[in-house]
Formats: sequence, structure tokens, C-alpha cells
Amino acid sequence: MLHSAAVGTLLEVENLQTHFVTRSGVVRAVDDVSWDVDEGETVALVGESGCGKSVSALSIMRLVAGPAGRIVSGRIVFKGRDLLRLSEEAMRRVRGREIAMIFQEPMTSLNPVLTIGRQLTEGLEIHLGMAPVEARRRSVELLGMVGISDPERRLRQYPHQFSGGMRQRMMIAMSLACNPSLILADEPTTALDVTIQAQILELMRDLSRRFGVAMLIITHNLGVVARYADRVNVMYAGRIIERGTARELYAEPRHPYTLGLLRSVPRLDEPRRARLDPIEGQPPDLTRLGAGCAFAPRCTFRVERCVVEIPPLRPVGGRDHVSACWEADNLDRALARSAAAT
Amino acid sequence: MTDDAPLLEVRNLVKHFHVGGGLFGGSAGVVRAVDGVSFAIRRGETLGLVGESGCGKTTTGRCILQLERPTSGQIVFEGRDLTRLGEDELRPVRRKMQVIFQDPYSSLNPRMTVGQIIAEPIAVHGIVADRAQRARRVREILSHVGLLPQHAHRYPHQLSGGQRQRVGIARALAVEPSLIICDEPVSALDVSIQAQIINLLEDLQAQFGLTYLFIAHDLSVVRHISDRVAVMYLGKIVEITDRKSLYDAPLHPYTKALLSAVPIPDPALEAQRERVVLGGEVPSPLNPPPGCVFHPRCPVAIERCRAEVPELREIRPGHRAACILA
Repeated sequence: MLHSAAVGTLLEVENLQTHFVTRSGVVRAVDDVSWDVDEGETVALVGESGCGKSVSALSIMRLVAGPAGRIVSGRIVFKGRDLLRLSEEAMRRVRGREIAMIFQEPMTSLNPVLTIGRQLTEGLEIHLGMAPVEARRRSVELLGMVGISDPERRLRQYPHQFSGGMRQRMMIAMSLACNPSLILADEPTTALDVTIQAQILELMRDLSRRFGVAMLIITHNLGVVARYADRVNVMYAGRIIERGTARELYAEPRHPYTLGLLRSVPRLDEPRRARLDPIEGQPPDLTRLGAGCAFAPRCTFRVERCVVEIPPLRPVGGRDHVSACWEADNLDRALARSAAAT
Repeated sequence: MTDDAPLLEVRNLVKHFHVGGGLFGGSAGVVRAVDGVSFAIRRGETLGLVGESGCGKTTTGRCILQLERPTSGQIVFEGRDLTRLGEDELRPVRRKMQVIFQDPYSSLNPRMTVGQIIAEPIAVHGIVADRAQRARRVREILSHVGLLPQHAHRYPHQLSGGQRQRVGIARALAVEPSLIICDEPVSALDVSIQAQIINLLEDLQAQFGLTYLFIAHDLSVVRHISDRVAVMYLGKIVEITDRKSLYDAPLHPYTKALLSAVPIPDPALEAQRERVVLGGEVPSPLNPPPGCVFHPRCPVAIERCRAEVPELREIRPGHRAACILA
């Protein structure tokens, strides 16, 4: 639908709606969102806290915490099957085995009282039915693959004996254990230091290429994914507001929010500016969204139509480049005008 | 506002922590969190202090504030060595040195209104004794940080992350400090809000002649806000100079690696960029490597680096680096 099926679409999310019931009202955390991932492709889902990017990933795994949270409608088609129609039993076989997940804070997603070895072999024994000896052998191999030296000794250790970077390597090893075809990585490097961040991202890219694993990288930092993503989806207040190939989206952003994000960060490759250009205002309260575009109150390109009618995603420019902005075609002109004015 | 004597001078600061939990209840070792750090900050200046977690940048800040008593060294603030002062003598000095923390969620008392949070230090330091005048002062400070008078009646949980950080800044401003230690003040905030807070900090500096020690790990933000920058690694300063020299012509291999690890939001540029990906991880400060502490990860280390501790020396005018090869 979004993408021709001929290129090998692995995952297709169609009109997904995930809502949370809170005391102050219903939060449409994911509000009619569609996107897809091709086989072996790296796709980014970028947005700030509360934009619905993590809930999107949890929805795919069907791990949205009920009863407050619920997938209300939509389809999540993975290898031709709608995951939302699978039995819990069948879904359990998909998790970890076909789709794996990596979280931001490895310490909280590892069990502190089990050895690294046990946590690796458990999945292999349960999902792949390996015998303990075989699972052990495979675990040694996996740790080696993610660059952990002396794997035999490391397998006997506990998570607290690992550094942050090593724990994230261990999470990657766990995610690769069952040869999944898709890895969902939710802010995989946010908790790590800059130099370790670079190591982990390079490692993820190498492994993705080597094993043909597709990846969904969820992040708040547009800079982090520039080097690694094939396509980028930008989310704001529960919706995708722009999507394109990484090259196009960064070179020619066609939504004021994407443009604002790119312009608000200081960049080392550009001369230092006297002042930063922030996006004014705050992200909206999702229980009190107005009728129009959720970004309109903060938008400098706003026209009357924006406050009454939500703009749909429409093609702008190149292949697959879409933007949900009524003024998408006028951003260049408006920018040129403001540049001339200053 | 710049005059000759620096506002703050840190001389040979050392802070060691003894770690318990040795096998037989003894000390398991000494963490050399800060190991001989010296720098000065002039009035009205911003010094950026960068490094990765565990490098000692936050401990350095806490020692300056006398929240930690240094193991040795001197903290000379407005001409007085704070390490020699007792708690009573320190109180008036504390008013002149404030801090803004990374996480506005955990650094504001959830049971106090914004107005109470800002009024408390004004009352404690006896700056404005009269209650009504204090309320007026709170409103004034709120407007300085871009909040509205009605925010005074809200509780921290009713504010967004960016607004909470504005409250943290307001609380620091309330006692009219001369030095503010900003410890990762924007790293917990959303990208679209970070620029707002950075602009605010710069405006306040210009308006009130503030001096900042800006502690951060984000090198792009540090370049934007700092006049001079110090890079720390394992408790030591490895390079210190003015902003332009550090970013245009870094001398220390660690600074070079840090700069090359900063992602640039431009795929076309990233595709051509050569990256120095450092191997390994920061060693434990419990057991730092001999010689140059960076040598195990250094891409250009030679035999001498294993044995010889490099001195932080002036390599170009005003540009010091601790590397024998620089």
C-alpha cells in the first residue's frame, strides 16, 4: 500500500491506533499510523518523548500494557500474517524468535540474578529446542560475534559485572540468538557514552548487513540515525508527519517540525551560530488535541487551514517522500523570505 | 565584566573515594575520581567541561560547590580558598555559587509549589525578609526565565520537562549568584526544548553577568555555549584551550576521537566521513592504567605512553594538552 510489495516488504503497519485510558482522558498514543520495513532494511522512527514511537514498537510485539493501553484498530502484517490476529501462543513464538527487541537501558532488561550464560541459553533452549550443550556452544559464538572477548569466562558472570556498553552488546547477542528477521531497537545507544555509542551503532550495522536482518531504530536524535537509516519516519503527537529516504529527508525536509528539529541543534560541521533557533512552545498534551494539525500551535508556517483540518500525508518530491503539512510546497519560499528579512 | 583575577581557580584538585566491600571488610580500593585537575574561570566566561561518564566532571563540580570535600588541592573562589573554610563561613559563599542539575524531575521537591521552591533560598539566605516583597521577587524571577506569574502556584508535576528546567534555573538565579555550575542542564530534555534552554542560559548570562561552568557530554552543545573548553578523561584534564582552537585544531587523540564520534545530521556528509571508532571502554578509575591513562585505547600510542605520565603542557599559546606526541 505504501510501498510496492515486489521489493520484499517484511513488516507493514497499517492504520494502527493504540490508545491509553488515563484519568484525564483517552490518549491516542499511536493515531492511525502506517509505515513499513523492507527485508534487510534499516528504518528509523524519530520523535520526542510522548510522540508514540516506543508504543509503536510495543504494539508490534503486542506488549502494550493493558488494561489502560489497547490496540484499537489497524493491521500489523509481518511476513504476510496479521500479528494482531495471532493467538497468544503463536505470538509468543514470534517474539524473540522472529522479531527481537533491544531496549535503551540494558540493566533493567536483563535479569540481575541469572548469569549472562543462562539468559542467553534460555532463549535458545525454549525457542529453538536446543540441548544445553549446544545452546552453550552457540552462546559462546554469539558473544564472539558482538565483540565480547573471553566469552567462556563472560558467560559465567552476572549483568552487574558488565559495563554499560558490554550489556548492550549482550542485548544484541540475545536479540540475534534465534536469527530473527527483524530487530526493534528502542533508543539502543541513548544511555551510552559517545564513543561507546559509535561502537554499538557500527556493530549493529555490520551485523544487520552480515545476516540480512532488518532493523527498526527508534530514537529522539535525528543525528544518530543519519549514518545508519535507509528511510526515516518522523513522528509528532501520535502521527507520522514526514517520511522519506534518509538522504532526502535531511537534505530537503518538507515538514516544519522536521525542519525545526534539524535547525534547533548546534552542528559541528557548520560555523557556530550566535543563537540557536529553537522550536518555541511545548509538545502538546495528547488528551487535549485540537481539531487541526497538532504541531500548528508551535508552527511558524501556520495558515488558517492548519487549526481546523488535520493535513494527511501527501507525496512531496522524490520516491516515498511524504509530508503531512498543508504548506509543504511553500516551505522553501517562506524560508527564503525569512532569510532575506534577517 | 572580565577583570584580571579569575572568579574561580581550581588548583591541583584531587578527590579520592574509598570503596568498601573488600573481601574481609576492608577497603577494596581507591577510586581516583578527580586526580590533579587545575583550571581557572574568568568572570562572565563559560568554561565547558566535557568527558564521558565516570571521567570526574560531575565530581569536580561537586568539589567546587563544597558538596564534596576535596582530598587535596585548592578551590579559590573570589580570592578565598574554600577548602579552608568551615560550614558557617561557607554559607554566604554558597549563595554566590549555584547549581543547575540534569534532571529537573528529581531536583525539585514535588510537595512544594514553584513559588515556594524559588522563595525558599531567598528566605534562607535572608535576601528579602518581607513575605509580600518575596512574592514580588519570585514573579520577577519567573519572568526572567520565561515563565508566567501563575506558574508560581503550580507543582512540578504539572509542568513539562522544559518548564521544570526553567524552575531549576529560576531557583539558582533567586540568590543572585556570580557562578552557576550547569551539570548536563539540557541532556534530559527533548531536542526541540534544548535550544530554548540554551538560549535562555545565554540571555541570563548577558543580562546578569553570570559565569558558567558548563558540564556536558554533548560536544556540539558545548561548542555552542563555551568560551573555553576542558576535556576530561579518567579524572584528569587531557586538553584545555579556547573554543576555536579545540574544535578547529584538537591536539589530544582522545579529543579527536570524541569529535569524530559526534553524529552529524546529514547522511551525505556522514557517508564520506572517516570515523575514529575507539576500541575498548573507559578503564575503571579503581585501577587506572599506568603511564598515560588513555594509552590502552589510543590509536597512536607508542611504547613510551605505557610508562610515562604525560604532563598537561602548553603546546601552542593558550592551548594545553597532556600527550607526549602532541
